[in-house]
Amino acid sequence: MISIQNISYTYPKKKTMTLAPISLSIATGEFVSILGPSGCGKTTLANILAGYFKPQAGEILIDGKMVKKSGKNRIVMNQENDLFAWMTVWEQMKLVTSDESQIFHYLKLVGLEEYKSYYPKALSGGMKKRVSLARALVVHPDFLILDEPFDSLDEKMKSSLHTELNRIFTVTKKTIVLITHDIDEAIFLSDRVIVLGNNPTAVIHQFAINFPHPREMKIQATKKFTDYRVMIAESYR
Amino acid sequence: MKKISFIIGILIVYQLYVMVGDTRGYFPSLSQLVGTIVEVMSSSDIYVHMGASVLRVMVGFSLAGIVGIALGLFLATNSRFSELKTGIELLRPIPPIAWIPIAIILFGLGNASAYFIVFLGAFFPIFTNTYFGASTIPLLYKRITSSFEVPLGTYIVKILIPYTLPYIFTGLKIGIGMAWMSVIASELIGAQSGLGYYIQMNRIMLQTDNIMIGMILIGLIGTLVQKMIEYLEKRIIVWS
Repeated sequence: MISIQNISYTYPKKKTMTLAPISLSIATGEFVSILGPSGCGKTTLANILAGYFKPQAGEILIDGKMVKKSGKNRIVMNQENDLFAWMTVWEQMKLVTSDESQIFHYLKLVGLEEYKSYYPKALSGGMKKRVSLARALVVHPDFLILDEPFDSLDEKMKSSLHTELNRIFTVTKKTIVLITHDIDEAIFLSDRVIVLGNNPTAVIHQFAINFPHPREMKIQATKKFTDYRVMIAESYR
Repeated sequence: MKKISFIIGILIVYQLYVMVGDTRGYFPSLSQLVGTIVEVMSSSDIYVHMGASVLRVMVGFSLAGIVGIALGLFLATNSRFSELKTGIELLRPIPPIAWIPIAIILFGLGNASAYFIVFLGAFFPIFTNTYFGASTIPLLYKRITSSFEVPLGTYIVKILIPYTLPYIFTGLKIGIGMAWMSVIASELIGAQSGLGYYIQMNRIMLQTDNIMIGMILIGLIGTLVQKMIEYLEKRIIVWS
């Protein structure tokens, strides 16, 4: 269980609070999406969760233990390409773990075991994301933070990675926090969608998404999916 | 093809100048120059001078490479020592040739002075480029390192140095050019051997053809060393 208790943050040299006190709970093995308008503090929250920013108030507890610094227990995947250009896929994995059987396992999980000697420049945008995901999973973090990870990809690749991520989530049951502004992405992937409001930042709505895992793209054509989309879009206003 | 045309063009302009413009007869014709090249290159004397210059460049440049890269990486990752960077910045604008009197006082006439001058010539571009490269490492890389708890030694060897390598090679390429300029300058004034000394002796004896051979050799060896660094760069930075 991840417990975020009254976290707030103000950027240095800024007078207004970017993230007003906010509290959330995320169950182990849950996939939670955090949706919100631009500037509501989603990425700031992701940076605090990752341990990159130290909140001025509040605390984060993982299974009752307070966490402060960044570390292997919570790994972030960003929108940017976060692979090292000079390392092959295998070397990216070896940088973070020496357990070769685990490296094989996770490269196989993301379908890239044949590409272990490739440099990032030889991989597509989607493949790079899958390497990032495998590298994140191989260290067995308590939870993953995905900060708009697929934003830079085209729709086709994005959609394929959504199915891939859902399959991996179903297999690993890893706790995942997805920061996004894409309502369809949030509904398709999540067990719960949290909608943040602006000025001040606050949880304005939470929606439980009741589709079983693994999910297929065709659920997006169902009335239930459309209903979720309408409800969430309405809550934005 | 363009390069060959360019060289032929220069040779034609030179020959025309010798025939029409050089009324005092200081410069040899192309045929005289070729004859002198054959004569000079068949004596062992010129190779002694070439060897002396190459050795001075190699020693001074290697020392500059080791110190420049190590110090550049160290200062870029340790903001507590920023005063040292300021001190180096103050010394940087002083041309290596201005250090020659100091070098002769400190080390006397000979190899040690030349090593020192070559070191100074090559050090600043190598240090500056390394420092700049290492300072611009993206925040994202630092964050990944901290999230995955990568040890400091691994970070330096596997992330910081590879990221900085293109900048280091830029520094090395500028540095080797500076090293050649510096060694010739130091040999013109404070040495008893080397291509700079060879040029200086022939200047006193008004042997323009020998001076030109010395200059051509400096250009050829400098280009060869530059090409060797570029080859190394391509072999090492395979991911770009």
